[in-house]
Amino acid sequence: MAKMNMLQAINNALDLAMAKDDGVVCFGEDVGHFGGVFRATSKLQEKYGKARCFNTPLTEQGIAGFANGMAAQGMKPVAEIQFADYIFPAFDQIVNETAKFRYRSGNEFNVGGLVFRTPYGGGIAGGHYHSQSPEAYFAHTPGLKIVVPRDPAQAKGLLLAAINCPDPVIFFEPKKLYRASVGEVSEEYYEIPLGKAEVLQQGKDVTVLAWGAQMEIIQKAVDMAQAEGISCEVIDLRSIQPWDVDTVAESVMKTGRLVINHEAPLTGGFAAEIASTIQKKCFLHLESPIERVCGLDIPYPLALEKEYVPDHLKTYEAIKRSVNF
Amino acid sequence: MTNPNNATISTVHTAEFTSGHALQIPTLRILQDDGSIYPGAEVPQLDQATALKMYDSMQFIRILDERMLAAQRQGRISFYMQCLGEEAATVGSAAALDDKDMIMAQYREQGALRYRGFSLEQFMNQLFSNEKDLGKGRQMPVHYGSKDIYYMTISSPLGTQIPQASGYAYAQKLRGLKNTTICYFGEGAASEGDFHAGLNMAAVHKAPVIFFCRNNGYAISTPANEQFKGDGIACRGVGYGMKAIRVDGADILAVYKATQMARDYALEHEEPILIESIAYRLGAHSSSDDPSGYRSKEEEELWRKNDPISRFRLWLVKQGWLNEDEDKTKSDALRQEILDALKVAEKVAKPGIEHLMSDVYETPIPLLNEQLEELKAHIRKYPDAYPVTAGRFE
Repeated sequence: MAKMNMLQAINNALDLAMAKDDGVVCFGEDVGHFGGVFRATSKLQEKYGKARCFNTPLTEQGIAGFANGMAAQGMKPVAEIQFADYIFPAFDQIVNETAKFRYRSGNEFNVGGLVFRTPYGGGIAGGHYHSQSPEAYFAHTPGLKIVVPRDPAQAKGLLLAAINCPDPVIFFEPKKLYRASVGEVSEEYYEIPLGKAEVLQQGKDVTVLAWGAQMEIIQKAVDMAQAEGISCEVIDLRSIQPWDVDTVAESVMKTGRLVINHEAPLTGGFAAEIASTIQKKCFLHLESPIERVCGLDIPYPLALEKEYVPDHLKTYEAIKRSVNF
Repeated sequence: MTNPNNATISTVHTAEFTSGHALQIPTLRILQDDGSIYPGAEVPQLDQATALKMYDSMQFIRILDERMLAAQRQGRISFYMQCLGEEAATVGSAAALDDKDMIMAQYREQGALRYRGFSLEQFMNQLFSNEKDLGKGRQMPVHYGSKDIYYMTISSPLGTQIPQASGYAYAQKLRGLKNTTICYFGEGAASEGDFHAGLNMAAVHKAPVIFFCRNNGYAISTPANEQFKGDGIACRGVGYGMKAIRVDGADILAVYKATQMARDYALEHEEPILIESIAYRLGAHSSSDDPSGYRSKEEEELWRKNDPISRFRLWLVKQGWLNEDEDKTKSDALRQEILDALKVAEKVAKPGIEHLMSDVYETPIPLLNEQLEELKAHIRKYPDAYPVTAGRFE
């Protein structure tokens, strides 16, 4: 075990994946010698050469298209989109190409092994264009898998599983936690299965669910509620697509209440999908309406960021509303 | 001195623009309309068997297109796209490649597909989206693809294959394969952002890809002069720092020669190449289009005289490689074969209901299994409303 922050854990995962398989290639804007603007690919070019870790021209659609082609040939491209806010020029390549590659060809071709890594989320005074959480756009596209880790150990295991996955994966990295989140990480190769949520804390009164950077936010809220005697079950969804319906439904059958938190705007956010599925699966067990604590339906602001974010206090209030309904 | 701008600086002291048409690229022609060779032109090395295979592929596509457009008009298939006028461009380029060079096409390149060996039955199964279609009946007619013959499945969005071809060719290079990727697209698709992205990525990363632009004059109804203002598409290659050549796309010997040279160069130097083929889309854009709304019969007639197949036929006859009477008999027989294959394929069942859910992911996620079971229960309840699948599952 070693102490690593999330960037070091991601870098370590990429290093192990590249050592294990010659087909793993990392590229993106500034990813080469510089190691990426956040340094997630630090030293990989020195270790594996310019052919396997390189800078690309400034073209997200080109990066995505290039990655699709490499993966179709059988390699495992790990393509970095510098900020999730800039993934939209690549939207067509991801939605119309990556996601449909296997299906449209009748399994003649596929782009399994392709991973798009991209930092998402706010909390860094990034304003509109360095703060967004666009997971819901991609969750609406069959054929993609979507993963969001909460800490260094999770990031490493989930990223290695994503690279080894026979389906294309979008891996959203909570950039706020890149350096802030530090923990013990095994230096060995290990994978954490995709599509499985994790129950981090058992409870009986209310289920509180989030993913990625919001996990520490809901934990603060849960600690406040616990102090008042409210017993909370805490779940990290980890995979947005496919998402672990069974684990969440089982928890809600027990607690009868659900609070979902995400940083993306409320309307059309992934919480809506979860709420809809859970009300159907758990209708007769529900004691109160499912609460969604999300970003406001506005572009991500700058000066008033604190007001925008679904913070621990808003979550705490939602927990109380849910329990006292 | 370092060169941080990656630009050659030769200083002048008088302000003067470089003309937007300073670079005009000539068009390679080898074969004249009467089947003779231009004086001084070099005929590419081509044996009789290969030449006849090229000719047969062109004829096959011409007759298939004619027959399947008629089938669409009769309501037997939903949609069709002809290669009419561009048979030489697609067949001639494919013939110059190795069988394991990847082909990433746009949608009008059935000539290349046939040359690679896609069978009549495979064409028909795709066009009728039946259960024998390699694509499992999931895409509209003409979206062919086959892993066995290195022909990437077509997708409708325009130009998306361009950066993919760059990535595919880069992977071939990393793997140490002595193979290239050819990427076809039209002059209209060259306006897409993916064109810029793909050519720039290939040039910067030295991917051995052959970009083959079929400049056929029209993007549905939009003529090329409303599509771009530069001198064709070939000059853009130079802008990306890659070699480029323009060929007469109705001259199969010129197309063959240029592609052969491009392939050799791409592999030897690990660099991309741009070929611009100048031809004319003699047919409509697709079965849903009517060119009489945007171009004259006179214009079409003018180009019809430039027919790529008759030009090549005349050359083959001059070579003593083709007998016109035998050729006629063969074409008539092919018409019948196509009709017979059509009748067989249209009776083959549609894909089973399980293929709605297969291949979205390598293994269906639980949600898809759940949705499939719900759907089956619903179909069992209303079998008459779903005649294609009702009664075909447990």
